[in-house]
Order: sequence, then structure tokens, then C-alpha cells
Amino acid sequence: MSILGTRVVRTEDPRLLTAGGTYTDDLRLPELAGALRVTFVRSPVAHAEITGIDAKVALDSPGVVAVLTAADADDLPPAGDRPTTEPLLAADRVRYVGEPVAIVLTEDSYQGEDAAELVSVDYQPLEPVVGMDTALAGTSLLFPGAGSNVVGSGGQPAPDDAFAGCDVVVQRTFPNQRVAPVPLEVRAAAAHWAGGRLTLWASTQNAQQARDQVAGALGLEAPAVRVITPDVGGGFGAKIATDRDTLAVAWAARRLGRPVRWVETRNENLLSMVHGRAQQHTIRIGGSRDGRILAYHLDIVQDCGAYPRFGLFLPTLTQLMASGVYDLPYCGASYQVVVTNTMPISAYRGAGRPEATAAIERAVDLFAAEIGLDPVEVRRRNLVPPELFPYTTPGGAVYDTGEYAAALDKVLTAAGYPELRAEQARRRERGDVVQLGIGVSCYVEITAGDYSGGETSRLVVDGTGAATVYTGSSPHGQGHQTAFAMLVTSELGIPMDRITVRHGDTDEVPRGVGTYGSRSLQLGGSAVHQAAVEVREQARGLAAGLLEASEADLELDVSRGTWQVRGDPDTALSWAAVAGQAGPDGLVADVDFKPASPTFPFGAHVAVAEVDTETGKATLVRHVTVDDAGRVLNPVLAEGQRHGGIAQGVAQALLEEVRYDTDGNPLTGTLADYAAITATELPSFELVEMETPTTVNPLGVKGIGEAGTIGATPAALSAVVDAVTHLGVRHIDMPATPLRVWTAIREARS
Amino acid sequence: MDRDQRGSLVKVMMRVNGAEVSADVEDRMLLVHFLREVTGLTATNVGCDTTSCGACTVLLDGESVKSCTVLAAQADGHDLVTAEGLAGPDGELHPVQRAFRSEHGLQCGFCTPGMVLASVSLLRENPQPTEEQVRMGLEGNLCRCTGYHNIVRAVLAAAEDLAAESGELAPGELASGELASGELAAGEVAR
Amino acid sequence: MIPAPFRYQRASSVDEALALVAEYGDDAKFLAGGHSLLPLMKLRLAQPEVLIDLAPLRELSYIRDAAGHIAIGALTRHHDLEQSTLLAQAVPLLAHAAGQVGDPQIRHRGTLGGSLAHGDPASDLPAVILALDATLVARGPSGQREIAAAGFFQGLFETALEPDELLVEIRVPKPAAVGWSFQKFTKRAIDWAIVGVAVQGSSVALVNMASIPVRAGAVERALASGVGPRDAAAHAAEGTSPVEDINATPEYREHLARILTGRALEEAAGRAG
Repeated sequence: MSILGTRVVRTEDPRLLTAGGTYTDDLRLPELAGALRVTFVRSPVAHAEITGIDAKVALDSPGVVAVLTAADADDLPPAGDRPTTEPLLAADRVRYVGEPVAIVLTEDSYQGEDAAELVSVDYQPLEPVVGMDTALAGTSLLFPGAGSNVVGSGGQPAPDDAFAGCDVVVQRTFPNQRVAPVPLEVRAAAAHWAGGRLTLWASTQNAQQARDQVAGALGLEAPAVRVITPDVGGGFGAKIATDRDTLAVAWAARRLGRPVRWVETRNENLLSMVHGRAQQHTIRIGGSRDGRILAYHLDIVQDCGAYPRFGLFLPTLTQLMASGVYDLPYCGASYQVVVTNTMPISAYRGAGRPEATAAIERAVDLFAAEIGLDPVEVRRRNLVPPELFPYTTPGGAVYDTGEYAAALDKVLTAAGYPELRAEQARRRERGDVVQLGIGVSCYVEITAGDYSGGETSRLVVDGTGAATVYTGSSPHGQGHQTAFAMLVTSELGIPMDRITVRHGDTDEVPRGVGTYGSRSLQLGGSAVHQAAVEVREQARGLAAGLLEASEADLELDVSRGTWQVRGDPDTALSWAAVAGQAGPDGLVADVDFKPASPTFPFGAHVAVAEVDTETGKATLVRHVTVDDAGRVLNPVLAEGQRHGGIAQGVAQALLEEVRYDTDGNPLTGTLADYAAITATELPSFELVEMETPTTVNPLGVKGIGEAGTIGATPAALSAVVDAVTHLGVRHIDMPATPLRVWTAIREARS
Repeated sequence: MDRDQRGSLVKVMMRVNGAEVSADVEDRMLLVHFLREVTGLTATNVGCDTTSCGACTVLLDGESVKSCTVLAAQADGHDLVTAEGLAGPDGELHPVQRAFRSEHGLQCGFCTPGMVLASVSLLRENPQPTEEQVRMGLEGNLCRCTGYHNIVRAVLAAAEDLAAESGELAPGELASGELASGELAAGEVAR
Repeated sequence: MIPAPFRYQRASSVDEALALVAEYGDDAKFLAGGHSLLPLMKLRLAQPEVLIDLAPLRELSYIRDAAGHIAIGALTRHHDLEQSTLLAQAVPLLAHAAGQVGDPQIRHRGTLGGSLAHGDPASDLPAVILALDATLVARGPSGQREIAAAGFFQGLFETALEPDELLVEIRVPKPAAVGWSFQKFTKRAIDWAIVGVAVQGSSVALVNMASIPVRAGAVERALASGVGPRDAAAHAAEGTSPVEDINATPEYREHLARILTGRALEEAAGRAG
């Protein structure tokens, strides 16, 4: 029986539990002995000209070795000449609170914090641009050379007759608010320049992309840069490749000719690590009174922050997935991207797809409320039916496989939906202070969206019979060491404890893409699987030679990890014996796995919330999910990903929001103010199993990492709204904080 | 006061994972940095600057504290246990560590040392907690990866384990699988 | 993330603590559990030049039955208040509220005296002490004096303590009226109270409704005149000046004060039997 599909506890854990992981700030390497500590001087104002930087007093501070500014960057290739190009260190203008202006290098980190306070920067304030309306109005421009704060746009407005045949049309504008990724490990890096080569240790999700970015920024050829990824304490998309702060650390090492290291504070992390989401949605949905949706249009304004990073592209993913699980005669999307004097936006768990799902699920609920039908029934009447797969959406996505109605049925059954509605009715009848709300969401999402980049795997089985996997994937909690070893052991029978998985060092794995977009199992895992198959076939030939038998008469006994003539166990050969025949390198397979398309996991969530109608406080009491990501190779890992995703999705619906005041000053710069979700705000989750394999890769797997987040946000929000619809509330903006819920109830009553 | 007198040093002596450690450190040195930099035990992590996240949790005289909000000088003369000191002398996992593994209560591992020690302290004070009490007991420990679901299961499983090993426990009493702080063998030890 | 440099001093007796603070004057702050002061220092919002660690003063950690009142040493930790069987029986409001402060790790370090001397109106225990009509005992160069809770909190982070005084004891009268309730309203359990209400009998004190903890005088007068709990609670916001912040508007805080006071009074009445 194959190990695949069974519950296997992680091989990573003994080390993590006893010695603790070795994260970037934990490194105690000879190359970093005597490393200088980097402390950033960051802008305290959102929008200003820099008219002077005086480091004289700082340079006299104990332990200070150097203070570097943009003026010292004469050893870097010129940055791009687009007006919106983001520099390493701000030169003449700052555009967000937290933007790096200088770096202080000290012998120890305490000295760095002292000295950074002493760097004097003169700022001439400019009119801040905060909020999408202000950005669109354009009276103050972040980039005068660009002529506008609109840096991107796409899609088409709805045709005039798109909604013509609708009995009912609902329109609404609401936020998909800015959130902070909050990995528990903040950003950290260390760098060492020697012999014309830069070594960078960084908390990253993509060592190879980081290497290329460092090389580009420093004007080096890629082989002159080595990136090594220590243990990474969470990424969630916010640690993709590198960013300007990390590049500045690499630059400082070369500039000073001494090793340097850096770890930010949490305050810096909340201010100057990329934020997520920050879209404004205007939905228009129309249909007939029997519940059939005829037209849906989503207009998006994306706040991409002060500089266009990946935020520029997020709306294209939202646009792609705008129609969700529904078969709609008309579905369109249009978007504009604006810059504001806030932290740049990039990918955060779901990256563009949670936004699409939150928008259409809210729209469907609003439509259902308008026509007075159960929102579950409205969904049923519009789901893409199984016979239409593979299904091409109006946005141009081709969904591989899906059973949307089945997923909805399963989750409703598991949740006990009719009983929940009955309980809700009883509480409404009694006029209880604490009311019950049920939120249902149906979702589909795109994983391995960058499938054409593929993923690499090299597999080596050496003369001792041990196996080493070199993967381009880059885990930061996902358990690839366990999962990829399972793939090898399943194919070859080499025991798990003789399989090592290496990743994240560009000298060991020079080519690879890394981990994001829920791509690693379907791309990285498929590459590992394929490499194992190739190794197996190489071995078959060698074993045939050793046993003087024909390949057709040989079998690999996976349960024992031995090659033998079929039916004759006395001829058994170990992997060591066979690999020893292969030459000094052993058996080697190199695979670059590139599928023909992405995959589309899907599911349905039911959230149950209690709302105290006197205080407005909402409590999530149950969260039931179906998250179908195709075949499940290790249920332990898949469940963990679903749990984590659900928590972050619920957090956006109920609690978390990055806020700036109208001057661009951050209001949520600490974990006391930014309401990162804790164990007390969540129940235990109820996960229902469902596997609809994909045909896109040999493993039949889709990506699970972001699905939980995508399904959870709309379900949790909907549950809170649903708890008070009988009081006249139709909508509450996210996050549905007690203040917002109370305000909505009050306004509905008046 | 004369500014030149800043940066004075204080001598601290404490027992960390059963071994004596002493050093002269800046008065303002935080205990978490003392553990990480002076004692060389890097399992304890820094995750925030507002005493919010709990990644720095260690046991001080057997009770959970956030070592980022304790001065090294305040720990002088006390007993500290970090994650490195929790396993038995032959590397045998503590029941809480065992449960975190079997229940998949960790993913990236960054919050884990603090989460485990907070759980150890929780179970010492309340050996048979309800799920709600576990969640309330871990309110000071953030995790971003697991959604807390399996962490809660791990703590409840460890509670059963500890109770089974030694029968009924009175609050504060230690199970046989548990050793009092100071009796644990040193993990990676001080200079 | 780390405090500005300071000099660390350790007091081995109350007299030595007083001598040290006399020597360093305004440059010095007492350090008890450190969980009000050190967080401010780490953000460099407070930068005392000298910290006087009171930890060796074990003699200031106690909870004693002193006939008419419970005497609590200023260095008694929140955890010890929460776990005290004497307190649970004699002043359950304080035992319960202490168990709501922060999280378990914070409660293992933070002290009653430290929290009160810090004078943050958003903290839980100042309002509780106010509702209990406690007396705070301070010792200074000219000897010991008693300060009624009603006059102790004077402004945001300002108390009646002189810079050269040390809070040594809190005397909590054993309540005549047994009904009590503590309502702490937060977004997350770990958060500071958006609004809180402490009730002991018909004494009502509010958390985070002004720059100091305040008694809801209008509520108390209404109760005294025979008005029922919910109607009395309608007066909860009178005489308060709640702030606007990311969690609440003043209007919302006033509303919460009324709702939570009503619930607290009902719960207290239920406990009174």
C-alpha cells in the first residue's frame, strides 16, 4: 500500500521542537563573525522632499562604523528611468512612512538603535495622498513625472445593455481592506562579500529569484551571487524574492567589505514589509426574481501603495477570477491602480483571488436579499454544472475540474444547515440579544498561476542507498521535507529516514522558482515524482545488468526497497548496490516540470457567528469547510494549510486592518494596535474531505495553501451580516469590528 | 545625571537549563537577548516589540514569562528554562513537545518554542483544561501558520498524556514526565 | 525595540529603595514587574536614567486578612491575586479582575502596585480599586501615609504619589455588599478594554472612559434612589470624557458604558442572591 494519502507526521519537527529552527537571525557562522549590524533610518513622514541628511552626530555615537545614504550608491548600476522606479534608499523624496532613507552600521544592534535616532534628516512636507479618492483626484502627485496617480488600468466597463434584461439590479461599493501579512519571523538578512562573490542569507521564499535581483541591483553576474535560505518563519507571499531593504543589506556588505546582518523590529515590519489586498470594489449584479444571475460587473480600484510592486498586477488576477464558481451570461471587470503615500502592496495569501471571491460572494448575498431568496438557493441556481468542464470563464480562465454543487451540498450537510436556520429563527422569534448568523461561500481559485515557469528537481541516489532531493521549491512551514520524501519513498521504496530534501541554496539548486501561489506540490512535487520515475528506470537497466536478466523480468519491491527478478526474492539487490553501479555520482535525474496549465481548487465554507446586538461584537462559533484541492498526499499537511488559511481569512473579515490617518501616519504599527488574530477569537474548525483530482499533472494534485483564506473571508463576513439582516442590515464593511456592526444596526434601525 | 555614566554594566548570574551562566552585560540588556546572544541559545525568538506575540516565552522559576519584557538583570539569581532545556537527558521529548509533533501543532516553527513553554506552564497550573481554557491560556501567543486548531489539540493531548503518566494531579504538582526547572539537563549550554 | 541606556540599581529594602530614589530624584523610576514600564521604555516613550529594581522586596508580596480589610503588598503579582483563595472568598471582584489583566505571562510578572502607580485609565485594576474604595499606603522620606483610591488617580499616567514615594500596600475593605461583576469589553481577549465596568454592590467604576478611572456617580445616585439596574445604567456615561481611537468613537464608548453597566449590575445582583 502506498504511503501517499496516509497521515505522516513531519520529519522536520524533532529539530524544530528541541533545538529550535535556525532562522536568519540565529545564524552563528564563521563568515559572519564580527558582522556589523544594520539599522535603518526610516522616514517618519508620508510625503516629503528630503532637503538634507546630517550623520555627523550619529557617526560619533558609540560603535558606529558607517552611515550610508543614497548619495553613497555610486557603485550601483543606474536604476530604471521610469518615474515610478523605487530606489534602494530614498534620495530626494520619501513617499511612505517607513521608507528607508539611510542605514547605520554598528558593532552591535543596541548601538544601532541608539545611533539611528541621531541621524538628522530634513523633510519638507508635501501634500499627502491617502485614500483612493484622493489619489484619483490627483491634486497631489506622488510622481510628478508620471502626470497622474493612476499607474495602471485594464478591463472594460460593462456594455450598456449588459443589465438590460434584469428584473433586479443591485449595486454597492465596499472595501477589501489593506491587511498586514504578519509572519512571526520578521525580515532578516545577512551578507558577506569575499573574492568578488556575494553570499546573502535571507528569509525568503525564492532564493533563485532573490539571487537574480541581488545580481541586478549590484551590477553583478548571477554566478557572483549565492543566496542561502535558512529556516524561514512564515512568508505568506510577503517574502517573495527580496525587497529594497534586503538589497540595501547586500549592498552594504560589498560597500564596506565587511559582513553585515540585519533583523527588523516588528514596528518596522508592520510599516515597511509589504501589505496585502487594499482594493475597493464596486459590484453590480442583476438577474431575475427566480434567482438566476444574468449579469455581474466588478469595478476595482487597487491601491498599490507608494511604488508599484506586485500590487500593480493583483487586479489582473481578480479580474481573471471575477466570475467565481458561477456560470454567468455576462461577467466583466475593470480596474484602475493608484499610488498613495502608504506602504507598497504585494502578494498576501491568495493575492488577488480572495478579493474576487469576496466581491462576488457579497454580490450574490446582496442579490439574494434583494429578491428575498435563500442565498444558498441562489448559489445553487447559478453554479457551473459538472458537465461544462473544462470550463472557460468570461475572464479567460479554463477551470480543469470542479464539482461545485457537490462541495456545497457536503458543507451544508456537515454544518447541519437546516438546524442552524431553525435555531436562527428561534432566536429571532424570541428577540434574543445574541443572534445567530450563517454565512455560506462558494469559491474557486487558480493555483500555479505561473505554471509555465515550472519547477525543478534533481534526485540523486548514491552508493550508500541514500537519496537526496534538490528542489526549487522553498518551504517556510509547509512540510516539503516530509511531502517530497513521501513521493520518493512511494516510488522507490527508499526509507523516509534515508531521504534528504535540500532547497534554498542557489549553489546547490541554481535553477528554480520557489514557493508561492500554492504551486509547490503540483509543480515541485510533480518534478520530484518525475525524477523518481526516471531514477527508477535508470536503476532498472543497471539492475538488469547486474542480475543478467531482462528488464521486463525485473520488479522493484517498494515495500522493501529492493530490485529482484520477479518472483525470486533471493535475487534481491539493494539500492546501494544498484546505485553503486551507476558511477561516482550515483543515479541522477534532473527534471524541469512544466505543466500545460494551472489548476483550480474549489470549495465551500459555512461560518456560524453569534452577534451581540447590543454591543455589536461578533464571535465566530463554528467554521465548516470543504476545500477540494484534488488528491491529498498527506492529510496532516493539507489540514494544517487549511487551518492556517481559514484563520487568516476570518481575521480579515472580523478583525484585521492596516490603517493610516489622512496625513499618511500609520495607526496600526504595533501588534497591540494591529489586531492579529489569536486563539481566543477562533473555534476549532470542521474540515470535510473531498478530492476531485486534476488531469493537469501526474499526481492529480492542485494547490491547497491559499484556498482556506479565499473561502473563509466571505463566509465569516456573511455570517455576521446574516445575524442582523432581520434588523434591516444589508451590508457591513470589513473588518466587521464591534464598532462597525453596532453602527450598521443603529443606522438600520433609524 | 552625567551622560557618560550611561552604558554601565551589571553582573548577572542565573541558571539556564540547569547550568550556571554569568556575564557582565549592559544594564538595559533584555533577557531574550541575553539568552540568544550571551548564552547562545537561539530557540527563543523575538517576534514583536510590544509584549504581544509570546515568541520569546521562557520559564522563569517554572512560570511562563515573556523574556523580551524582563531585563537580564531581573533574572539574576533565578532559574530559566528554554525550549532547548525541555527534552530529557537522552533527548527524549517532553510530553508537550511530543504532542505538538503528533498533532502537527507547528509549521514554520518560529512561534513554537514560546508556544510550547507557554503550554507547559498552562498545564502546570491547570492540568485538565477545557478547550476554552487552553485558548484563553494561549491568548498571549500568536501563531500565523496553524490557525491554532492543532496547537489546541496538542495541549489537550499532552494534558491526557501527563495525567495518564502520573494519575491525578493537584495544581502545581508535576507529573513524572515533567521535571522541575533547574533539574533539567542542560541543552546547549552557556560558555 | 530596546530601551535607551539607563543605570540599573537594585534595592534590598524599602529604606534603601527610598534612599536611592532620593539620591536620583526625577531621573529614577521604580521597577516592579516591569510590564507597564518596560514596554514604554522599549518604545522609548519613557527614558528614565535610573531604574530601581524592587524585586528583592519579597516582604511586599502578601495577601493578608487584617480583620476589616484585606492587606495586599504592593509587589503582589496579578497571578497571585488570581490564585488566592483568601481573595476569591473575601474580594472576588479583585481576584477575578486580576485574572483578566493581559495574558498569563504578563500576570506572572505584573504587580498590583506597579499597575496602580502607573496610572493608566485603560488598565483594569485602577477602576477595580476605585470601586472597592481601597486605601493606598505610600512610604516616603517623611514616613508613611494613606491615600484614598478616590484621590489617588489624578490624570493620565499621573497619581498622587510623590516622585520620592513608594507604594507599599493596598488595603481593600471587605465589601459589605457581596454582589460584584467585572465587564471587560474588547475586540480580542488580549486587548486593553475598549470600555470596562467594575461593580461592587452599588459602587460602579469605569475603565477607559476618561483620563483617570472614574466612578459612575450618576448611576450610583440613581441606584440609591431606588431605580432599577438597567434604568440606573442609562446614566453611566454622565460625567465621562471618552476618547476616540481606532477601536471606538466617544459615542460608542458611551453606549458601551451604559450596556456594560446594566449587565454588571444585573450580574452583581444575581450574585448577591
